[in-house]
Amino acid sequence: MSVAATMLPVVARPRRRLSFRAAFGLGVLLLIGGSAVFAPQLAPWDPARQMLTKRLRPPMWQARGLREHPLGTDHLGRDILSRILHGGRISLGVGLTAVTLSALIGVTLGLLAGFFGGRADALIMRIVDVFLAIPYILLAMGVVFALGPSLLNVILVMGATRWVQFARIVRADVLSIREREFVAGARARGNRPLRLLLRHVLPNALTPIIVVATLELAFMIIYESALSFLGLGVQPPTPTWGWMLADGRNYVATAWWLATFPGLAIMLTVLAVNLLGDWLRDTLDPRLKV
Amino acid sequence: MALLSVEGLRTHFATGAGTVRAVDGVSFAIERGEVLGLVGESGCGKSVTSLSIMRLVPPPGQIVAGRIRLEGEDLLDKDAEAMRRVRGARIAMVFQEPMTSLNPVFTVGDQITAAVLAHEGGRRRAAWDRAVEMLDQVQVPSPGERARDYPHQLSGGLRQRAMIALALAPGPQLLIADEPTTALDVTIQAQILDLLRRLQAERGMAVLLITHDLGVVAELCHRVAIIYAGRIVEMAPVARIFEEPLHPYTRGLLRCLPHPSRFGQPLSSIEGAPPDLRGADAGCPFAPRCPLAIESCRRHEPALAERRPGHFVACPVAVV
Repeated sequence: MSVAATMLPVVARPRRRLSFRAAFGLGVLLLIGGSAVFAPQLAPWDPARQMLTKRLRPPMWQARGLREHPLGTDHLGRDILSRILHGGRISLGVGLTAVTLSALIGVTLGLLAGFFGGRADALIMRIVDVFLAIPYILLAMGVVFALGPSLLNVILVMGATRWVQFARIVRADVLSIREREFVAGARARGNRPLRLLLRHVLPNALTPIIVVATLELAFMIIYESALSFLGLGVQPPTPTWGWMLADGRNYVATAWWLATFPGLAIMLTVLAVNLLGDWLRDTLDPRLKV
Repeated sequence: MALLSVEGLRTHFATGAGTVRAVDGVSFAIERGEVLGLVGESGCGKSVTSLSIMRLVPPPGQIVAGRIRLEGEDLLDKDAEAMRRVRGARIAMVFQEPMTSLNPVFTVGDQITAAVLAHEGGRRRAAWDRAVEMLDQVQVPSPGERARDYPHQLSGGLRQRAMIALALAPGPQLLIADEPTTALDVTIQAQILDLLRRLQAERGMAVLLITHDLGVVAELCHRVAIIYAGRIVEMAPVARIFEEPLHPYTRGLLRCLPHPSRFGQPLSSIEGAPPDLRGADAGCPFAPRCPLAIESCRRHEPALAERRPGHFVACPVAVV
């Protein structure tokens, strides 16, 4: 195959190392993740401590700003920076666990529906239709009302209402993968159905799963804030980005920093996750690396 | 006892527009170390026959009648788990399309290693060495390096060699090769056929070669079965098929091949088209296209009869 060997350099080699975008995403994510993990050490104040004499102070670079509150204080005189650092723990933790949970449920059911077809498919996809027909927030409200709001319940509800996103994408992909010849070949080599699914079908369906997971992580952070806003999420005074954003919206006209900084935190996190997800998707596809 | 014997196999597909009788009463046997060619045009039931032997007929297809015996054991009586152990280990398959027959997300070596581990167990390291050895046996150059390649990095010919290595890793008694060279260009075809012949002789393995290419049959087969509309119409040692074909369909097929003695003349073809497999059950399926057909051909379906030693024909009017 000397011919093939000499022809290789002609083909542009996709870079295996991190691209700038991926490096940026990874850097931001490490920064946010690190500051969430070390929030107790990094935060200058107790996030729940109210100092009513220092209510609604702007960030320190503005006229009434205080040096000890770099990002200002909220309407109860709580330090915004400390609350964002602590809020990151909840928001990221809840987001990651909820996405993992919903991916586990959705990918499993999607694989079963797409691969086995027939009645399993009909049953699972009708359940998916039901979940899609009911607004997920309404569903979540019902469940949280019944079970009572707690961190664990919020995660369970978020995972249990969003798995349909994974199930539908995975099923659609599996429908085409299972017809490919290498699956027929693997079956003709006596592979068990479970092994066909896990070794031959699932790895080939990974790309859309990763893409959906990164999008869903962003969605889950917003979702958690929506639940918090309705009073069904993580309960105050525990700070979460979503709740801070919702709470600060009342003061947008007079104290923009209340909603802006948690909003920026959400935006940066989502952006970083998406950039990293793009890179991950490209890297896991062997056709794109030489 | 024959290694594999198929008796009266019928595989039908119940579709909304009627029952398609893809395979309708096929019988043949393969001895140990024998290469049997199954020849026919597209849609005549070649591939469904091979999938039936593996019991991998996709729904709505169903084996409705017949016996398939491997060393005397009826494969149709086996439960799913027992049948699974036959696949790969005792009967292996190589498919037509080398471009899509390997899993794109694992290296070639990984895939052969997995097959070795599934069959023999043992340590991964040893299985990997076996995989490289298999690639060497199918004459892949620098097998140690190629084993680390992904399928898309290999040429069509190399991929088909890798597929053969993958199929042969567990040491099957019977290899079903479904159009193994159709997707390859002619020089690579010749190489793959050479390889198959060498491996078959070395291992004493039986091969069921499915093809529509009579050239491939002449290269490789010991015996040939000609299949038409889901039925075997003629079966004979390869030399007899080419020297003295008896069935009008076989003769028609051979006339379609270019031949030096007919240089300058247009290539002939068989008039008409294969019958609708949902249709009439009476009579010889080839009768509507047959130049020799007589009245009784349209009423009674002829049975496969031994007209010469080892030479079976399903045609009462065939000139002997």
